Amino acid sequence: MTSTVSGLLTILTLVVILAVLHRPVGDYMAWIYTTKNNWKIERGFYRLIGVDSASEQTWRAYLRGVLIFSVVGVFFVYVIQRIQEILPYSLGFPAVPQGLAFNTAVSFVTNTNWQSYSPDVTLGYAVQLGGLVVQNFVSAAVGIAVAVALIRGLARIKSGTLGNFWVDLTRGITRLLLPGAIFAAVVLIIAGVIQNFNGFENITTLTGGSAAIPGGPVASQEAIKELGTNGGGFYNVNSAHPFENPTAWTNLFEIVLMLIIPFSLPRTFGKMVGDVRQGYAIAAVMGAIYAASLAAMTWFELNGAGTATRLAGGAMEGKEDRFGIWGSTLFATTSTSTSTGAVNSAHDSFTSLGGMMALLNMMLGEISPGGTGSGLYGMLVLAIITVFIAGLLVGRTPEYLGKKIGPREIKLASIYILITPALVLTGTALSFAIPAIRDNVEKVSIWNPGLHGFTEVLYAFTSAANNNGSAFAGITANTPWMNTALGIAMLLGRFLPMVFVLALAGSLAAQDKVPATAGTLPTHRPQFVGLLIGVSVIVTALTYFPVLALGPLAEGLK
Amino acid sequence: MNTRTLARQYWVAIRAMIVFTIVLGVAYTAVITGVGQLVAPAQSNGSVVKVDGDVVGSALIGQSFTDKKGNALPEWFQSRPSAAGDGYDATASSFSNYGPENDDLIAAVKERKAAIATENDVPASSVPADAVTASGSGLDPHISPAYALLQVDRIAAVRDLPVTKVRALVESMIQNRDAGYLGEKTVNVLRLNVALAGLKG
Repeated sequence: MTSTVSGLLTILTLVVILAVLHRPVGDYMAWIYTTKNNWKIERGFYRLIGVDSASEQTWRAYLRGVLIFSVVGVFFVYVIQRIQEILPYSLGFPAVPQGLAFNTAVSFVTNTNWQSYSPDVTLGYAVQLGGLVVQNFVSAAVGIAVAVALIRGLARIKSGTLGNFWVDLTRGITRLLLPGAIFAAVVLIIAGVIQNFNGFENITTLTGGSAAIPGGPVASQEAIKELGTNGGGFYNVNSAHPFENPTAWTNLFEIVLMLIIPFSLPRTFGKMVGDVRQGYAIAAVMGAIYAASLAAMTWFELNGAGTATRLAGGAMEGKEDRFGIWGSTLFATTSTSTSTGAVNSAHDSFTSLGGMMALLNMMLGEISPGGTGSGLYGMLVLAIITVFIAGLLVGRTPEYLGKKIGPREIKLASIYILITPALVLTGTALSFAIPAIRDNVEKVSIWNPGLHGFTEVLYAFTSAANNNGSAFAGITANTPWMNTALGIAMLLGRFLPMVFVLALAGSLAAQDKVPATAGTLPTHRPQFVGLLIGVSVIVTALTYFPVLALGPLAEGLK
Repeated sequence: MNTRTLARQYWVAIRAMIVFTIVLGVAYTAVITGVGQLVAPAQSNGSVVKVDGDVVGSALIGQSFTDKKGNALPEWFQSRPSAAGDGYDATASSFSNYGPENDDLIAAVKERKAAIATENDVPASSVPADAVTASGSGLDPHISPAYALLQVDRIAAVRDLPVTKVRALVESMIQNRDAGYLGEKTVNVLRLNVALAGLKG
């Protein structure tokens, strides 16, 4: 069997698994967020935290819940890092410095999981599980909650409310993420992912040298890291580490974990708005962009352009033998198309154009299929833009699922679309425009000289603003400028879009439903799928082409 | 929105975060650890490889077969180049992060290729890509079958073993793709060297 046949069969397996699972998982999620029944344990929890689970919230109250919960999350993670020294299982590591602790706290609360630090030499077990694992769960649940609120906005008629944030948050954890993570963690352990509190075990190697075997509660973190599209690695090299991702089949398993919720949410959406075809149209757009991007990246890596790559005889720098090129590009495409940002290979060492595909996946706004929740609401905003553009072409007031897309809706959707590009381009530009910062960026942060170094900075801001978390990891981001600027990009890139999504949801929910007429653009047909793909790609291309031309395109087409 | 309602909301969030920290941080991790230690203790503790009762490494974590100065020991199958610490330092996993046009990487690949060609007395063109590139983790426990087979003649000569016997050993140690089609074929270097140590002429 050749690597090509093996790679194609792997992709086919992935498609079959998602095709079989998306329906039960999607329907299950629709049930989670519509049923009136609370589990006993949930009722106890609501009583404990003082929430009336039957009460409904306006979009403003829902948003307030999201923001306050996240502020408290940042505070918790920050404090836990700052007192690491006195916590159990700190492995002797000192308190995390302020700037880094801020960056890391923001990073995990925003579902980004950007890591300015190397966990191997920075974090003990207490911070990893008490701070980071907790956020792996809750930040994913927050993302899904916001997506569900937007779905309700589309589904409800003349409603002033969108549901209850605390209930959505809780159910996402108790009924979806926690059971899923427990199952996944046990599977990973059986495959070889470690789960212990052993610390480093010193051993004598076969040749008489000394070496260490690392320990740690890795499987429990790995499971939710992928399922919640978080991506923060227990180790510096993330899922390239054999203790995080020991075999080719765990590689596929982790890819399924990353994709299962984002690819099932369109089904949930279809179910909740009472027309599953609408969900399948959205899933088709996600799938088409994902497939095209995967094909391009794999082709670039197999082709192996670049001086060092040609000399070596293949793009194996930064890739593991057990995954090969196909297993690496499948993982990289998945990780950057969702908001995961986990890596099983060094994106910095990819061919110039292969690495650019990872960048592009994020620049698309992570909608193919995107992070848990964030992918769906991002795509629905684009769908609203698309019906508007289509409406302009034929001169009609656009509508989506019976909701009129008026000036207010279009303003909210447009601002949503502009936020991340503004953050990415401003952050990158400031890094080079302010002399003092530029000097620091060039001397300290950048690892590879020349065009590739520029791409490292662009990648960092793209990853932060889109809450991805992967990196061209040669960059040294643990500097005052990078920690602060990326921290702000992560915060604004996460919560500003949520503000506009929830405002949009509120405005849609308040509307009556207009009946479809002969002039209504059907939004479940291939025509609309094509339009939506076109709008997504064109918006991204127009925004980012110039900056890509300065980095990866210039390097790759030299 | 008055201050009181806002304060109440914060109090809700703080209580929620405390409960989540206990349930998702502590209890979840503890349960998984318990289940792991019960169901699959060998894997949970790092899939260690023992020789005569002593732990010599993990089947999943690569190690270097070099002398103290980092020179390759010709009597052992060599692992891939590593960017973790000084090489295969499992306390500091790392990729090299060199881009494809990085001069340091270009020089390193050239040098590694020439060295491997000389040490094994083969043409440089037959050295596979994984032999001259640093892995993703810096701890890659595997090499490609091509790189393992390329080292057979050298090992046989240094150890004074029949070439056929060493070759047969390597071929017996080639791990097929998972389920017959997932991933690439590999050879686990530590396991191969452990088996090699037990090989008699």
